[in-house]
Amino acid sequence: MIAAEKSRSQAEALEAVVIRFVGDSGDGMQLTGTQFSDTSAMFGNDVATFPNYPSEIRAPQGSLYGVSGFQVHIGSVEISTPGDNVDLLVAMNPAGLKTNLYAVKPGQTIIVDADSFSKKNLEKAQYLTNPLEDGSLSNYRVIQVPMSSLTKEALKNIEGLDQKMITRSKNMFALGMVYWLYSRSPEHTIEFFNKKFKTKPHLIEANTKVLNAGYFYAETIELIPNSYSVSPAKMQSGTYRIIMGNTATAWGFLAAAEKSGLELFLGSYPITPATDILHELVKHKHFGVKAFQAEDEIAGITSAIGASFAGDLAITTTSGPGLALKGEALGLAMMIELPLVVVNVQRGGPSTGLPTKTEQSDLLQAMYGRNGESPVIVIAASTPANCFIYAYQAAKLALEHMTPVVLLTDGYIANGSAPWRIRKVEDLPEIKTRLVKEGKENWHPYNRDEITLARDWAVPGVPGLEHRVGGLEKDAKSGNVSHVPENHETMTQIRAEKVKRVQSFIPELIPEFASEGDLLIVGWGGTYGSLHTAAKQLYDEGVRNIGFAHFNYINPLPRNTEEVLKKFKKFIVCELNNGQFANILRMNFNREFLQFNKIQGLPFANSELIEKFKQIVE
Amino acid sequence: METVTANNYTYKDFANDQEVRWCPGCDDYVILRSVQKALPEIGVKKEDVVFISGIGCSSRFPYYMGTYGMHGIHGRAPAIASGVKLANPNLSVWVITGDGDSMAIGGNHFIHVLRRNINLNIILFNNEIYGLTKGQFSPTSLVGQKTKSSPFGNTQPPFSPGELAIGAQARFFARIGGNAPKEMTDIFIEAEKFKGTSLVEVLQNCVIFNDGCYVKYTDKAVREDKQLYLEHGKPMIFGKERNKGLVLNKLKLEVVTIGENGVTEEDILVHDAKEKDPTMHQMLVRLEYPLVTGIIRSFDDVTLEEREDALTAQIKSKSKFKQTDDLFFSGETYEVK
Repeated sequence: MIAAEKSRSQAEALEAVVIRFVGDSGDGMQLTGTQFSDTSAMFGNDVATFPNYPSEIRAPQGSLYGVSGFQVHIGSVEISTPGDNVDLLVAMNPAGLKTNLYAVKPGQTIIVDADSFSKKNLEKAQYLTNPLEDGSLSNYRVIQVPMSSLTKEALKNIEGLDQKMITRSKNMFALGMVYWLYSRSPEHTIEFFNKKFKTKPHLIEANTKVLNAGYFYAETIELIPNSYSVSPAKMQSGTYRIIMGNTATAWGFLAAAEKSGLELFLGSYPITPATDILHELVKHKHFGVKAFQAEDEIAGITSAIGASFAGDLAITTTSGPGLALKGEALGLAMMIELPLVVVNVQRGGPSTGLPTKTEQSDLLQAMYGRNGESPVIVIAASTPANCFIYAYQAAKLALEHMTPVVLLTDGYIANGSAPWRIRKVEDLPEIKTRLVKEGKENWHPYNRDEITLARDWAVPGVPGLEHRVGGLEKDAKSGNVSHVPENHETMTQIRAEKVKRVQSFIPELIPEFASEGDLLIVGWGGTYGSLHTAAKQLYDEGVRNIGFAHFNYINPLPRNTEEVLKKFKKFIVCELNNGQFANILRMNFNREFLQFNKIQGLPFANSELIEKFKQIVE
Repeated sequence: METVTANNYTYKDFANDQEVRWCPGCDDYVILRSVQKALPEIGVKKEDVVFISGIGCSSRFPYYMGTYGMHGIHGRAPAIASGVKLANPNLSVWVITGDGDSMAIGGNHFIHVLRRNINLNIILFNNEIYGLTKGQFSPTSLVGQKTKSSPFGNTQPPFSPGELAIGAQARFFARIGGNAPKEMTDIFIEAEKFKGTSLVEVLQNCVIFNDGCYVKYTDKAVREDKQLYLEHGKPMIFGKERNKGLVLNKLKLEVVTIGENGVTEEDILVHDAKEKDPTMHQMLVRLEYPLVTGIIRSFDDVTLEEREDALTAQIKSKSKFKQTDDLFFSGETYEVK
């Protein structure tokens, strides 16, 4: 099984990451850190390390001054320092956490051995309350793992081990988890055991077992690496906080509900990597949020359709396979023209695919994954922080245009964190719902706004507007069931036109760097960070004939797309899929679109983008 | 617009101008009229009533009502209705479904809505056949039944809706023949009054694809002898002569005749629909002679909305977050100038 993972490891494309292992001086942190850096170096990463251990050979166990640490800075680019900010802290005890927390920025990940947070150890580390329980770590992603007990369990059938040996090998459990997290094979470390414990086969077996146990544990809980993206441009002034993409998505809906005066309903079924949106929204009952964990994906969306029919701002959250299950219901929402937002946090597909890895391969599913002519609005967030505003915008478009909206994010931005300029609800754009509050003469449920073609939203409880909707085709005027051939064509055109007219309500496409030139780099969604960084680097190097156009609106496309394209000679569409957006562009614009695709479950690496772009312009 | 008060409603207020398109002679007409007659008795306002259906002959039902309604997708009506009710708990929400819709394609939603006990009503039109797709066997068709998709006889054993529902923790289960409009209306009224998910199984005759499937129980000539119509607190007596009854013999229900072998009315079991323990209700549901109709189970329990409301009130009173700004600016923030 381990061997099969090797190709995954070689596909490493991480730019740079700082990991710090801390624990008691007897916990083997130096060995753990060395193994990780050696393994990384063998896979071609540049590495800088910084061991930090107490001067006493064996300081009192669990004490603050007995903490031993090892920091590794690895990267696919040149690394010159052991790193300033820690991306991942692995703390084997409370003392290690206490003395090292300062180095970890909010939003980053901390893995702790939860078993070590006993009353005795907390006292030794001078904690008055348990930091895992008192909320003091709420700004971090804390992963609590009962490492000591899992290690013990893994070793229960191996003879010749005493309690001390068992306790000491829990560092290998931690190492196994980190190997999984950063897609590294444990093989190198297993070879190391084979050499080191040549005459003690039970120790080879024990260490290998624990290492693999940690590796598989991380796989089982679908642990996802946290990426931290630094904002590329000078930051706008304001109050900021560090936010994760999934949290930003959840908060965007909270803001939209408040602004529109509606209650928020979420129907959802847990699925990696979208579940954190559910986790976030269930916390906010104080805002009247109704977060309903349904029996399956279909009930997730259909309960949301029911809530929308009854007048809530209704959303459902999922990832690729879940969107497939929701397809028929999404068609119903489109047919009965109710507001609904479907969030798809994309992951590697097809089928179960790579649940913890990122990909952009659900674009065509979002566009076309339904029976019949079934257009919906499709938009995509492009950074962890702007998940907020695109979630807000998705809700606004759904409510104002009375149609389902698919909001695409992906595992990379959903689990990544970034600085977010906090938005006050009063500063956000207005949301004007189509709610009809009282009965009118000659009212029909398919009365439409002349400009947007959005129909009226009459919800149960309003006397005089009683009406029936349904999946059967309806008469364009009365809304009654109709099988008239011409009417079906009329209704099909109206539904298409309604989505097309959204073009007038979304921003134009503004290319960055050159606005005319030889090459236009084209991207959409979660690849913004990588593409922007590469384009900027070329620009800074003096390559001034390259523009960069990034799409957040896919259906409909920005109204000025043709004008932007017109000013460039060549186009390279970069996507983490096999060319889905490139094909959408080909359908709409008569040009030759080159493709740069990566389908490894990993984001683009800067170096590969630069190389490709240079190749085209030179 | 003038509003009709709840008290002045007649069944006509719950009908609309759409032409009803079920086959002539179908029991669905009886059910439609019984619902339209029950609603004025319930006292709910017309604008507060919502009918949600799935797919199938029965699921055309909302189109024929003068209330709010949605014709959903196959099997999903309980989930749609759950969303409606959670969004607005003041509404009277009704699910219209059939044996295929609720127990084949929608089996998952069917059991989970019952488990959660959301306050809504489900009317299950059980005709033991697929009507709209023209005559295939359903999850309630009998073994050996010849249908379009089982020309040599059905080999798949059936569900009993009541047994499945009570197994899924249904608190309210009633069964009634499709040709008994008066009792049906009474049951619908009780179903709506009941706080929690109410399931009413209507034994609905399909005149085209499964005609006469219930005739041995529901035909007027035999009905009183073959059916036991239960009422809470009353002895389980049936028969034209009102001289047959049920007693418990060891672990089985047994039919006895009052006045024979020293049996008196005092020996007959008294129906307790409100009992929490479903054992007796399951035995009654499974009985083939007599076929048990009426409200078999009506156990009062806490609803999902009550649990959610209590939790929300508690959290709202404690929370320091009154609006989203409070949340967004909470915890660690920093300034950029």
